[in-house]
Amino acid sequence: MTAPLARIDHLRITATGEDGCEIVIVPDATLSVAPGEVLALIGESGSGKTTIALSLLGYARPGCQIAGGTIEVAGQRLDTASAEELRSIRGRTVAYVAQSAAAAFNPSLTIMAQVIEPALIHGTLDRAAAETKAKDLFRRLALPDPEGVGDRYPHQVSGGQLQRLMAAMALITDPKLVIFDEPTTALDVTTQIEVLKAFKDAVRDLGTTAVYVTHDLSVVAQIADRIAVLKGGEVQELGTTEQILFAPTHDYSRALVAAAAPRTPAVAPAVEEKPLLDLWGVVAGYGGTNHDGSPRVKILDGIDVSIRRGQVLGVIGESGCGKSTLARVVAGLHAPTAGRILLDGTPLPPVVRRRSRDELRRVQMVFQSADTALNPAVSVGAAIARPLAFYHGMDRASARAEVARLLDLVRLPAALADRLPGELSGGQKQRVNLARALAARPDLLLCDEVTSALDPVVAEAVLDLLIELRRELGLAYMFITHDLEIVRAISDDVLVLYAGRVAERVTRDGLRHGAHHPYTRLLTASVPELRPGWLEETPARDAAAAGGARMRDMGCSFLPRCPKAVDACAAEMPPMLIEDDRRIFCHRSVDTLAGR
Amino acid sequence: MSRLAISGRIGLALVVLWVIVALAGPALAPHGVGEVVDLDVFSGVSRAFPLGTDYLGRDMLSRVLYGARYTVFIAFVATAIAVVTGVLLGLAAAAGGWVDMLLSRLFDIVIAIPSLMFALVVIAATGASIPVLIGTLAVIYTPGAFRTARSLAMGVMALDFVSAARARGEGLPYIVVREVLPNVTGPLAADFGLRFVFVVLLLSGLSFLGLGVQPPEADLGALVRENIAGLGFGAPAVLFPAVAIASLTIGMNLLIDSLPGRRRR
Amino acid sequence: MTLSPLVSLIGRRVGASLVTLLFVSLAVFGIAQLMEGDVAEAILGQSATPEALAGLRAAMHLDQPAWERYLEWATGVLTGDPGRSLITGLPVWEMIAARLGNSLTLAGLTALVSVPLALLLGIVAAVKRGTAFDRTISIATIGIVSVPEFLIATLAVMLFAVTLRWLPALSSTRDVHSTWDLVRVFAMPVFSLACFVMAQMVRMTRAAVIDALDTSYAEAARLKGCSPARVVLRHALPNAIGPIANAIALSLSTLLGGVIVVEIIFNYPGVARLMVDAVATRDLPLVQTVAVIFCIAYLLLVTTADVVAILANPRLRHR
Repeated sequence: MTAPLARIDHLRITATGEDGCEIVIVPDATLSVAPGEVLALIGESGSGKTTIALSLLGYARPGCQIAGGTIEVAGQRLDTASAEELRSIRGRTVAYVAQSAAAAFNPSLTIMAQVIEPALIHGTLDRAAAETKAKDLFRRLALPDPEGVGDRYPHQVSGGQLQRLMAAMALITDPKLVIFDEPTTALDVTTQIEVLKAFKDAVRDLGTTAVYVTHDLSVVAQIADRIAVLKGGEVQELGTTEQILFAPTHDYSRALVAAAAPRTPAVAPAVEEKPLLDLWGVVAGYGGTNHDGSPRVKILDGIDVSIRRGQVLGVIGESGCGKSTLARVVAGLHAPTAGRILLDGTPLPPVVRRRSRDELRRVQMVFQSADTALNPAVSVGAAIARPLAFYHGMDRASARAEVARLLDLVRLPAALADRLPGELSGGQKQRVNLARALAARPDLLLCDEVTSALDPVVAEAVLDLLIELRRELGLAYMFITHDLEIVRAISDDVLVLYAGRVAERVTRDGLRHGAHHPYTRLLTASVPELRPGWLEETPARDAAAAGGARMRDMGCSFLPRCPKAVDACAAEMPPMLIEDDRRIFCHRSVDTLAGR
Repeated sequence: MSRLAISGRIGLALVVLWVIVALAGPALAPHGVGEVVDLDVFSGVSRAFPLGTDYLGRDMLSRVLYGARYTVFIAFVATAIAVVTGVLLGLAAAAGGWVDMLLSRLFDIVIAIPSLMFALVVIAATGASIPVLIGTLAVIYTPGAFRTARSLAMGVMALDFVSAARARGEGLPYIVVREVLPNVTGPLAADFGLRFVFVVLLLSGLSFLGLGVQPPEADLGALVRENIAGLGFGAPAVLFPAVAIASLTIGMNLLIDSLPGRRRR
Repeated sequence: MTLSPLVSLIGRRVGASLVTLLFVSLAVFGIAQLMEGDVAEAILGQSATPEALAGLRAAMHLDQPAWERYLEWATGVLTGDPGRSLITGLPVWEMIAARLGNSLTLAGLTALVSVPLALLLGIVAAVKRGTAFDRTISIATIGIVSVPEFLIATLAVMLFAVTLRWLPALSSTRDVHSTWDLVRVFAMPVFSLACFVMAQMVRMTRAAVIDALDTSYAEAARLKGCSPARVVLRHALPNAIGPIANAIALSLSTLLGGVIVVEIIFNYPGVARLMVDAVATRDLPLVQTVAVIFCIAYLLLVTTADVVAILANPRLRHR
């Protein structure tokens, strides 16, 4: 290996806690980056990956300090550099692309002013040359309207575009090293691929050296030459991408790879034919209603759903497609403006207030954020005991025994009952949430992104638990997620939502044999596979994807992004096409869609 | 309490001191409140009169010990009424709907009248008496307490555990009492302290203008006013009652500032 | 890039303030009606004959329903004729006008001194967060906001007039013959008021700038190699204009209360003395009118701050 461009040696980073004592964030980290390579730092939250990456800019977040070790980039020591020296390095030798470009762009300045700022500060280019170069970079990063986008303000541009604009800002000074800090994590999967492709092309064409921070192994597989696996602020394993993906040696690397690998779908228990939940033509939204009774801002429109007893329905779509609202409608937290909800064939009142206690008991919801779903002032035991008393009128003594049984059911020690939620880890909290929902002895569990806030290894275990519980208890789930892998692993049927309407309903086997609806196709084609080279094989897509999904009053909402659109798509609602294992809402024929 | 910072301990000590004075002031006072004990008026600090004497030759220490009762009691009762009313209405409003609309608009109007002006108009119309003072101060500071309680409660109401309780079918009383209240008591206690400080300052200001507590009764603000003639030659009789107010309000501010979970930047 | 949504937003904000003002004036008028008996009794005393009372009531339109008297008073305030004082019998507006200028001068001078200084101190404290300078500012401002206005004024008199003998203890604008006299007269009232107003403004400005400095875009600017001055001036401040305008407005509105106490202490011939005497003698027409003038001033400040915040918000300015 040639002499490294950047080197971190026995790095130690500490933080000062509330009470003034020292907390070690990075105890001892050593790694190096060769010129021209892309090194990925991968690890779960709290693994110190961002902290280590930022140290390559000689920067520690407020409250943290670089307490020991050496950091060297392009022959310059950063750990001992003065504030002035660091300023001349930042944005010039080392540049930074932040996780949320939407937050990292100053709302008061135009995009161009911010993109060319590094070049002007460091005096590498004059204003005119910098603007020309910026537009060139916009083009290189496949941004729509490269001439005009610079005159806009950050809030006028979509998240995926801002992420690419931030990369342009980093690249404008031709830095020796670029730090990408989870740059695609906040994006929808279809947008993520566009951004990833743009980054990869730019980095390759310009020969940039990069450090890429992420928690997502399949993203890493597309972009990195080498991978450093981090845990607790230490490098667990460092190797080439192929080696880490296909022959990890360290236990933690193995666990990470196993969690990221496609799961073999669980063997589905027999599902009864009896319908449990039916939604007919549900419309819901916000902002009051128009005179015809429809909501001013429509979130869901004409949704039909049915779930049979013991069946798992996966609901998938990108952020803002209305999938969480759907769960809230079923739970009675969000009243629909039109449509009917039936439980076991009998109409379910639209709001919680008017539902009977038994109706409430049979539908339970598990929330996305384990942290906020438990009252921090109430002990675990009391939280689980409440539904026992509320629905089953259980006295204190029998509730205590039942709490212990429920904790055991979600694989938690009974001693946890006396703890407060603040003392639990994220995974433990989510298990308590599950136990609380199970305490009601429901027929249907509404799971709203229950694993997406958890670290991959923890999420994997919670998913396993959900699959087991289903088998043991014969529960039906409405499983809401943005993650196609999870849907594939757990669902019997999959409902694909796009901009508040159903695009397709398909069985798991049907999905495996190939998606039909153009949006489902786009979605399945956008999930990165856990192997290098996948990104290159994926065809480039239209730039319209960046516009985001919006519900259209007339015609098909997917029209602006659809490769197969015909004239009728703009004027009329898509009709339902029925094939044995799927229902597709599209103007084209099933044969055209299936490519037959 | 062991985790209280030094400034917090000083604050706590000052607040406790004034509570003791308010409860036991007359018993601690070396002289009667109206007793003329010195032939000299506006005398300086001495062993016999640690805070000097006033414009009639009365012992200032005794005057302050008696006067603090009025300040602390009027302010405490007014604050308690304001905060209890504000919190009850704030929690009711946090559920949203027309109750929230109505209360918020109503209190917007009260808040748009500068507090001193509000008090002056009331006093001009009804005259200054202790019940009027308490009532006026309570009305003036209810909107603030309402807004604080409402926004705190709304913050908690938006959290998933409240949604979970609603989805379970819990009624509003259970949600407010069991889910919301335990999570807002800390900030509400701090708000009480803050509002108490405001009330003390406004009450003292009114008394200083001669429009608060009326003679022969005198709170700390009135003590400053009656001795204002001594200002020109630096009499301690003017300064000490003002310092007494300051030590009470600063003490309270220091205390609430260092309460756990309330670290101001 | 049409401006019309912005204009309508500002229009709505100003409209809301006018509606508030309507209700505020109703509230002030309503509170004044709490008075036992009526103004005629107050003027003529207990021994007045029923005939005399009835005559005076008719002359003062007290026999009209309350809403008619409100309308008369409200239009009077707007047209400069809100009635006559119960005590002196002079037109209320004349009595106020003679002194309003003095009060405005005092308030204006205070604002002129305190706003720039407070912004500077607040910004510097925010930039130097956690340093000895910042801690000193924090302690000093928390101290000042928690003491009564008259303590600061009292201490100022004791220090500058009694101990150092630099300045007169009382102010009177009649003795002003030179700039130096002007400085001597206004030094202590302005100093006392400015201390009070600034303390709050410094705290709020500091908090607003710290909020802007704690954002990801400020961090991104640092990581581009921006100097600390550039991070503050170019990146943080433009986004803190709204909160800072709010801080200035709220702090200046405390001037409205502070000015009364300070005018009394220094025997300054402003509206405050008039107001306090009017309250003591229960001269309601005068009290009502001064109170509404203060309310208008307060609403003007708050509304201006809101409009500035709307104008400074890039999301609203650039649709």
